[in-house]
Amino acid sequence: MVRQLLTDFEDVEEVNKQLDTMGYNIGIRLIDDFLSKANVTRCSEFRETADVIAKIGFKMFLGVTATVSNWNADFTECSLVLDDNPLVDFVELPETCQGLYYCNVLCGVIRGALEMVSMRTEVKWARDMLRGDDAYELRLKLIEHVAEEYPYKDDD
Amino acid sequence: MRAGSREVAESCLDGITMEMVATYCDRLHSSKPDLAARRIEAIGFQVGQQLAERLVPVDLLACVNFPFGLILYTRDRPRFTDHLEVIKFICKDFWAEVFKKQIDNLKTNHRGVFVLQDTRFRWLTRISVDSPLTPSEANNTTLAAAQAGGKYLYFPCGLIRGALTNLGVPCAVSAEIAALPACSFIIRIKV
Repeated sequence: MVRQLLTDFEDVEEVNKQLDTMGYNIGIRLIDDFLSKANVTRCSEFRETADVIAKIGFKMFLGVTATVSNWNADFTECSLVLDDNPLVDFVELPETCQGLYYCNVLCGVIRGALEMVSMRTEVKWARDMLRGDDAYELRLKLIEHVAEEYPYKDDD
Repeated sequence: MRAGSREVAESCLDGITMEMVATYCDRLHSSKPDLAARRIEAIGFQVGQQLAERLVPVDLLACVNFPFGLILYTRDRPRFTDHLEVIKFICKDFWAEVFKKQIDNLKTNHRGVFVLQDTRFRWLTRISVDSPLTPSEANNTTLAAAQAGGKYLYFPCGLIRGALTNLGVPCAVSAEIAALPACSFIIRIKV
């Protein structure tokens, strides 16, 4: 799919964006699957959310675990380091695709899933082994909690 | 491949295949359904080729000793004696690996056309259409279902075409939905 997108778009940045959008669309549905299978209670704070994603989410969907690290001072930003990444089995990036984030779908999935549980976030790749780094590291940043909107007003 | 096999959740694959259809058919090429179909089929073709590479059973690893002492391991590919053998491989091993079941019915006209029927195609089981209220609506619903479901068959057609091409059988593959979730794949071998 990534290969086809590269052929269709030819611009690596555009492909990165498409992958993120596709991931987002997948994520907004995946969260229902996750919540129905995972048996987790509502997270009281973002630190818990990150842990749940790393230990339960990744395990359930990709069969790997991640470690949470590098928290910022007010606990709104952290890193998720994957110990393994099944998406990149058999994959090598050629010279012509240097700006590509092959696994950008993952960023979108997490962003989409969290938005469905009222958190607006920014998810980016900090380290990517396909680009020569030594690990797969996602940087997860909480932008804001979105107040839940109820479709019915109490006083109607 | 078996011993080191990794698994991911099936919902990931469902998510990707559905999103691939949504992206190509609704977002990128909404006014050109044929182009969208060709793109998705092309993705399937690439994947099918690679899957065939990895799924063909390895009967023995032949060790070949070169004159200057290099040792090369080559895979001894099973000799598919004719097209029917390859098609049967698709119906049994390939389908079992990709869709967790075998093809239910295989028909051929013995002149290069094969029809593979799957009475419960895994990727169509997720599609539902609203229940019809009247008999005339029922006809429309079946048609709508066939059209809606058809988009999800471009990728599998490509998978089959890619696998067959890799195994030395150039062909064209199309699909039809009679009634969800049953569908047929029609393989036309190119001479």
